[in-house]
Amino acid sequence: MSGFATSPPVRLLARIGALAIGLLAALGRVAMFAGRTIISIFAPPYYPARYLEQMAQIGWFSLPVVGLTAIFTGAALAQQIYTGGSRFNAQSTVPAIVVFGMVRELGPVLVGLMVAGRVASAMAAEIGTMRVTEQLDAMTTLRTDPFQYLIAPRLVAAMISLPLMVMIANAIGLFGGYLLSVEKLGFNAANYLNVTRQYLEWDDIVTSEVKAGVFGFFIALMGCYHGYHTRGGAAGVGRATTDAVVSAFILILFSNLLLTVLAFG
Amino acid sequence: MTEPKIALNDLAKAFGDKVVLDGVTLAVEPGESMAIIGGSGTGKSVMLKCILGLIQPDGGTIRIDGEDTTHLRGRARREVQAKFGMLFQGGALFDSLPIWRNVTFGLTRGRAMDSGRMRRLAEENLERVGLGADVLDLRPSELSGGMQKRVSLARAIAPRPQIIFFDEPTTGLDPIMADVINDLIRSLVEGLGVTAVTITHDMTSARKIAHRVAMLYQGRIIWHGPCDRLYDSRNPYVDQFVQGRADGPIQ
Repeated sequence: MSGFATSPPVRLLARIGALAIGLLAALGRVAMFAGRTIISIFAPPYYPARYLEQMAQIGWFSLPVVGLTAIFTGAALAQQIYTGGSRFNAQSTVPAIVVFGMVRELGPVLVGLMVAGRVASAMAAEIGTMRVTEQLDAMTTLRTDPFQYLIAPRLVAAMISLPLMVMIANAIGLFGGYLLSVEKLGFNAANYLNVTRQYLEWDDIVTSEVKAGVFGFFIALMGCYHGYHTRGGAAGVGRATTDAVVSAFILILFSNLLLTVLAFG
Repeated sequence: MTEPKIALNDLAKAFGDKVVLDGVTLAVEPGESMAIIGGSGTGKSVMLKCILGLIQPDGGTIRIDGEDTTHLRGRARREVQAKFGMLFQGGALFDSLPIWRNVTFGLTRGRAMDSGRMRRLAEENLERVGLGADVLDLRPSELSGGMQKRVSLARAIAPRPQIIFFDEPTTGLDPIMADVINDLIRSLVEGLGVTAVTITHDMTSARKIAHRVAMLYQGRIIWHGPCDRLYDSRNPYVDQFVQGRADGPIQ
């Protein structure tokens, strides 16, 4: 009997099974964490100051890095489309494709990734350190729910900040493409802007903003979840930080694919 | 007969296969100072966290003033928590907040309110632990370990709890600072008339602050008695522990 249970194909199946169960259990834990956070948004006491502080942390202080990313990417995109397009005489599509590329994909995804790198890691490190130094326990014994005081403000602030930042990043990205096209590639400025306006559609903007909101949700959720469940001192905080960023990246890229297929497929 | 302040009955907790609490039964009377001694990993902290409601026990009951609090949640849990103060081992001060907000956190529950009154309250409570108004606006990281512990003590007593828990109050302090903290704990317990539960493996500290001592070993209370019986308990486990010998029944 023991020979059967330890034979390689059975062991492989057992491994796959264990992996699947582990994945489902993790999914369940994350879902319960999200549910508890959402409930705690609506339950008193309220901490308006914490919400504003997080908006500043997530949104305002991320603007420089997001702006730089957007302008460089917009300009690089314009150059690539121009070079690629010139092979079949389609250089004139530059403004149109810059609009599509920036607003539909690059704006939200790049902002999501940049903010995930900056903010999900910081959240996991801060909350994780509070966990290992017993500050979370201390907070609970002082009758304050860490979900209300720490986690809900981060989730809400991220879901509000990300759409605002994506709006700004889209505008800066389009401007980057415009700048390169007009100053280097010799496009007519008025013509370029005209085409840009023509191809900039309301539906694309809405999709862009929805994506941003979803990404913000995942960034804060992963940062807080991994921080909250940190175990084992400084090394544990390091692990939580890495896990938060990696899982936020994967969730952003995967949900982006789903949303893109849903909206444009 | 009066109700015990804290009554644990057959408390059990396991993490996976590892049994940490294996039927802890213990009563702490009102106004009493009880020390729980025991080696590292014998479940002292877990027991404390069960009473505080930070960990859910697998079995048994916890009664506070006769009320079963084992499975309380939400508002009812917070009402019981209002009776508790806790001094964490590392202080566990909120390092993003200035000292005075730390001290009054239990009163404001983290909200920004009544700044003037709260600063005065912070000052009052800091005075009780021997700190001046000059630390009010500092951050926890700017204080030494001993001062952090005092601020943490001030934070624990600020909401005027009925029961205070001390988790290894003297660990990591030099002997003189440890004695200062012991004196403080004793005077606070007497001055405020609270019930105190201290977990420690510092025998000097246990003898100084406790009326009664209980020893936790392998998830059970194997001995309890008045403090002055600690050194003639006739229990080989307690003897070995209080005398700090490597050879004996505890391996």
